[in-house]
Amino acid sequence: MLSQALAITGINLKSIPAHWASSLVIVIGLAGVVAVFTALLAMATGFESTLKSTGRTDAVIVMRGGSETELNSALDTDSSELIKQGAGIRAGADGKPLASAEMMVIAELIRKDDVKNGANITVRGVEPAAFALRPQLKIVAGRSFTTGLRELIVGRGVLRQFQGAELGKVVRMRGSDWTVVGVFESGDAHDSELWTDINVARTTFGRNGSSSVLAALDGPDGFEKLKSGLAAEPRLTVDAVREQDYFSGQTKQFRKSIGFLAGVVTLIMALGAVFAALNSMYAAVAARTKEIATLRAIGFGGLPVLISVMLEALLLALIGGLLGALIAYVLFNGLSVSTLGENFTQVVFDFKVTPELVERGLIIAVVIGMIGGLLPAIRAARQPVTTSLREL
Amino acid sequence: MTKSGFVIANLFRKRTRTILTLLSVIMAFLLFGLLQSVNHVFNAGADFVGATRLMVQARVSFTSPLPISMVAKLEAVPGVARVAYSQWFGGVWQENTPLFVFSVDPLRYRDVYPEYVMPDAQWQAFAKTRTAMIAGRQLADQYRWKVGQKIPISSNIFPQKNGSKAWAFDLVGIYDGKDEDWKKRTNVAFISHDYFDEANQFGMKGRTNFFILKLSDGTQAEAVSKRVDALFENSPDETKTQTEKDFNLGFVKQIGDIGLIVRWILFAVFFTLLLVVGNTMAQSVRERVPELAVLKTLGFTDGSVLGFVLAEALALCLFGGLLGLLLATTLGAMIEKGSGRQFQLRLDAWVWSIGVAAIVLMSVAVGLLPALRARRLRIVDALAGH
Repeated sequence: MLSQALAITGINLKSIPAHWASSLVIVIGLAGVVAVFTALLAMATGFESTLKSTGRTDAVIVMRGGSETELNSALDTDSSELIKQGAGIRAGADGKPLASAEMMVIAELIRKDDVKNGANITVRGVEPAAFALRPQLKIVAGRSFTTGLRELIVGRGVLRQFQGAELGKVVRMRGSDWTVVGVFESGDAHDSELWTDINVARTTFGRNGSSSVLAALDGPDGFEKLKSGLAAEPRLTVDAVREQDYFSGQTKQFRKSIGFLAGVVTLIMALGAVFAALNSMYAAVAARTKEIATLRAIGFGGLPVLISVMLEALLLALIGGLLGALIAYVLFNGLSVSTLGENFTQVVFDFKVTPELVERGLIIAVVIGMIGGLLPAIRAARQPVTTSLREL
Repeated sequence: MTKSGFVIANLFRKRTRTILTLLSVIMAFLLFGLLQSVNHVFNAGADFVGATRLMVQARVSFTSPLPISMVAKLEAVPGVARVAYSQWFGGVWQENTPLFVFSVDPLRYRDVYPEYVMPDAQWQAFAKTRTAMIAGRQLADQYRWKVGQKIPISSNIFPQKNGSKAWAFDLVGIYDGKDEDWKKRTNVAFISHDYFDEANQFGMKGRTNFFILKLSDGTQAEAVSKRVDALFENSPDETKTQTEKDFNLGFVKQIGDIGLIVRWILFAVFFTLLLVVGNTMAQSVRERVPELAVLKTLGFTDGSVLGFVLAEALALCLFGGLLGLLLATTLGAMIEKGSGRQFQLRLDAWVWSIGVAAIVLMSVAVGLLPALRARRLRIVDALAGH
């Protein structure tokens, strides 16, 4: 039975060039569906992985209670200092608690692709401990900023998406000039930020205190100790969140929106592709009525005929799916874009076409191919032999 | 048998094929309608605000506050008719539903936004009552607020002096929009800036996010913007002034080039659709070569045979396209209702008109080659061929 099915499939496949237009429809249709699906989800995956890789589980961000994002949080100087003394925070090399008060401010830079409208960007004022707390952050060009001076270091992502912040350039903020003295790379969301000395940021932007405190945890129970210590402190109303949890939480909104969009678009496109596939397979079967009837007449079974039609549909769908994944990969993988993060500032990320994504796209293609092939296959297997032999 | 009857009859020659092609067309235009309305909402939604207002924010970013004392200087700028200011409150309703709430100077805001319609008595109540709040019709309807109620709203940024983030305001008025477009913008609530300034813990005293300038002459937008920015250049409060329309667009641009994404998706969809329908039309004509030859023998001109084929393509695309757009409109309205007006997916006249244009273009694209082929048929060869 299997040999019968394979034999018929062989005939079908060899006859594809005879009706190449219909076959092309299936291939192109499925390529379109898989390409769009893969591209949209590559955006979500890229954004998510940039934010997920930011932050560690042994570091904690402390913000004002109920803030949820650094933008909404504000801690005064006393609170910042109090937090740093909390139990559960590891001591640094100098014996003092390894914690950095950080101030988040929004500034505007001009994007590379849209010169008319500026886009929001995060300026982070940090203390020297900030670098010890982020070992993955390395200065790759120039040098770090000097405390007390209006100097900036910019993340790699900023250079990819914005103009006017290259090494040596002067950026104007709050009526004063800031020099870019270095470029850093940390492989996560911080690549979309500009960093400077927190005290200079405080005086220039007229603010006191900080937006948050980043601290290193001491031992596996450090988090619990810190949380309970902070909760017990009557002078403080703060929330403590593991650094990694904070950043992965930031992807929620984007993931939801893109997921919804990708779902709706793919569903409608898939339906369209199913109809197109059905159309083509019906045409393919109709064109071969006499051949199929002849095969049946000489003894080939109905089931092998059905299987052969389904295999043809599946193969075309698979080719289309692979083509679509390839198009998405070639056109979009590694493409750098940026969008509004939860802090109202730009997060720069790359499209990421992962093997899982390709796998999911191919599964969709196979499912569409099966649905598109089933009904025509049944019709082909069931057609009455004698009348079909007489067909024109 | 009329000419149009002939066209329709030909369409349904191979019923399954026509229906499946029709369904593909419907799907494509369903997607087209939904995506274009999303695109339209994001990008063109700013058009109707007109050019009579300018938004002034701190050059650094709109989250950096400006001193309210700038009002005097702004009023003195030639071309400025009236100055209002507003501050983002970070409003939250009940647990965690974000609300658009701004603190404003009531009478100034009324003067700068004549498109908001509310009885003068309610504006006066807003101005006189410290803890007053006014809400847009959309917002009030959504949460069933009534004038006279005390509405509890928290802020996710500003605590009161006692440290609590929970605030409460007296609803003294509900405003409407003056026309359809403005009615869609009645989803914002306003509170009194004096009260907010005095009662919040942050000591943001006398500061605000935005100034809104009403121009005395709408054509002077560019000139006045430049004047305002020049006035504050090199001061610690450097400004960025732009028309309200550009401000709104700037926001959307930050989310990303939605228009580009939509265009790419639709490109992929329509490319495929072109192939699908084109294939159907080509097959249909190929099968009917002898019949077309007979028509020509009977006396139908080459031009009319071309017309028949084109009409067939048009009928297919028109029927499928209109159904698809209709489906998109219904679906869009359902989504809009279901999400509590969060996604404004209404397909308006603009989307429909480009939809119809796309239908016509598509019909010509898929029908032209087969139609030309039909026109060029030589009777003798065609009849002999089969």
